[in-house]
Amino acid sequence: MSAATDYLLHLADNALVLGQRNAEWCGHGPILEEDIALANVSLDLIGQARLLYQLVATLKGGDCTEDKLAYFRDTHEFRNYTLLELPHRGPLSGYAQGDLDYSTTIVRNFLYSALMALLWEALEKSANADLAAIAAKSQKEVRYHLRHARDWLVRFGDGTDESHARAQASLDHLFAYTQEFWAHSPAEAAAIEAGIGVDVRTLQADWDAIVDAALAEATLVRPAVGGYVTLGKQGIHSEHLGFLLAEMQSLARAHPNGAW
Amino acid sequence: MYTQSFNVPDAPGGKTVPLTQPIEDPARQAAFDARIDADGRIEPQDWMPDAYRRTLVRQISQHAHSEIVGMLPEGNWISRAPSLKRKAILIAKVQDEGGHGLYLYSAAETLGTSRDQMLEGLHSGRAKYSSIFNYPTLTWADVGVIGWLVDGAAIMNQVPLCRCSYGPYARAMVRVCKEESFHQRQGYEALLVMMGGTEEQKAMVQDAVNRWWWKCLAMFGPPDADSPNSVQGMRWGIKRVSNDELRQKFVDATVPQAKVLGVTLPDPDLKWNEARQHYDYGQIDWAEFWETVNGNGPCNKERLATRVKAHNDGQWVRDAALAHARKQQERRMKEAA
Repeated sequence: MSAATDYLLHLADNALVLGQRNAEWCGHGPILEEDIALANVSLDLIGQARLLYQLVATLKGGDCTEDKLAYFRDTHEFRNYTLLELPHRGPLSGYAQGDLDYSTTIVRNFLYSALMALLWEALEKSANADLAAIAAKSQKEVRYHLRHARDWLVRFGDGTDESHARAQASLDHLFAYTQEFWAHSPAEAAAIEAGIGVDVRTLQADWDAIVDAALAEATLVRPAVGGYVTLGKQGIHSEHLGFLLAEMQSLARAHPNGAW
Repeated sequence: MYTQSFNVPDAPGGKTVPLTQPIEDPARQAAFDARIDADGRIEPQDWMPDAYRRTLVRQISQHAHSEIVGMLPEGNWISRAPSLKRKAILIAKVQDEGGHGLYLYSAAETLGTSRDQMLEGLHSGRAKYSSIFNYPTLTWADVGVIGWLVDGAAIMNQVPLCRCSYGPYARAMVRVCKEESFHQRQGYEALLVMMGGTEEQKAMVQDAVNRWWWKCLAMFGPPDADSPNSVQGMRWGIKRVSNDELRQKFVDATVPQAKVLGVTLPDPDLKWNEARQHYDYGQIDWAEFWETVNGNGPCNKERLATRVKAHNDGQWVRDAALAHARKQQERRMKEAA
């Protein structure tokens, strides 16, 4: 049971943290149509997170609920990829401030959606029937997210000099974080062993193909990666997740007995 | 989301609509008048007097701006929503408001004014938007109260607009009103749950009601006696019910809802009048209302600056989309040649 819950929390935290990040654009989008589109992506991700947390709560039993999992776990208990918690801007320390940058948003959504389009499809065959059902629903959603992000990536790369430079800078900033996709965590290994999870490394060639085709169309250069491999899915995060959770959890924690 | 009664003129420098216009074409004017008198619809391709067109552009664009600016006070609580269910509901609601803005800008574009022109009016400070959004959302209960009271007041204003004489506006309002009713019920339900919670939560709801009640009454616009544009709006079938009638309807509908919720409406003069068969209510602070309409409320500068910043920061994104579309077109033409 623990192999399943740890793995489900990894998938749920991915969806919640990126949903929370993308919702920061609500009311501030570069054009009204994109404001609405990003809100939709966010709603899909939060919907996925809720289904996964509800499944974890059922498996754990007792008084566990989706909101206890989202609002009353601390930073080190979150199991999302580090990529997804980064602010919508270039590399800066945790307490530094900066403007929201749409190219960071689009590049991140592209890199993550390209993975999830493959992963959700593979998880439709999970030995856990509930997870397989969530995967089937999420797969339909993420195909749209991928199309949306890919279209904009191509527009940026093949748009103006400024948009090209911004998209390349975002790729250079974010690409190294994708190394975490391919490094197994103990939770993933246990889930694969139990037939619940999927070995992400078997998806890497297909992910490379999706990414390389889009970058070629966008006339962008795939950055060389190496160096530090982030460990978010093992609970060791960047400086940014603490701030994200402090804000997200503040009201729920101020009223632990509140009814919402 | 919401209108105040949009018979507030835009600031000087913008186009104001004179109430009487020289008749440009007597035969067409007569046909237009006859259609209005018969309660018929005017469509984009139809002839219409300039003043009618300009009044509609002003009203529909003010309404669209209100939807877009209105995303900000509630958007303020998305990141901190206290449960995942409420977070999803709030994102969906703010997104609906963006959608309303989109229909309304499109409806106004059928009158020959581009979205860019309308946005320029908003960003330069000339065009008005509903003043209710110039107040801050200080606690989570504000989100529920905005749904219940602000959307409730907006629905009172907007349902008659579904019968507006201008077809595209009337049709847009049918969908807008359906979504608004849903928002209102969601807001009220969120408050009901909080009122069943802790003492702190109940106090939070009462505090939010105290801060928003009078602002909502003012949303219906100045008293009929001080609302000269209303007469022409009624004549044209753009406005169907007067400000004071709508305000009364709102008060009468809201008092029993407040009782069920268990909150007090902050007006010592609020009481049932047996003779009138309506609730009487106290004096609205119109000086404060006009100060806020004219740019001196608690959040006017923040709201406008936030819209302008989002627009300016997004310029490179819009430029990229246009440049890419141009390049694609050039490539297609080259291939065809």
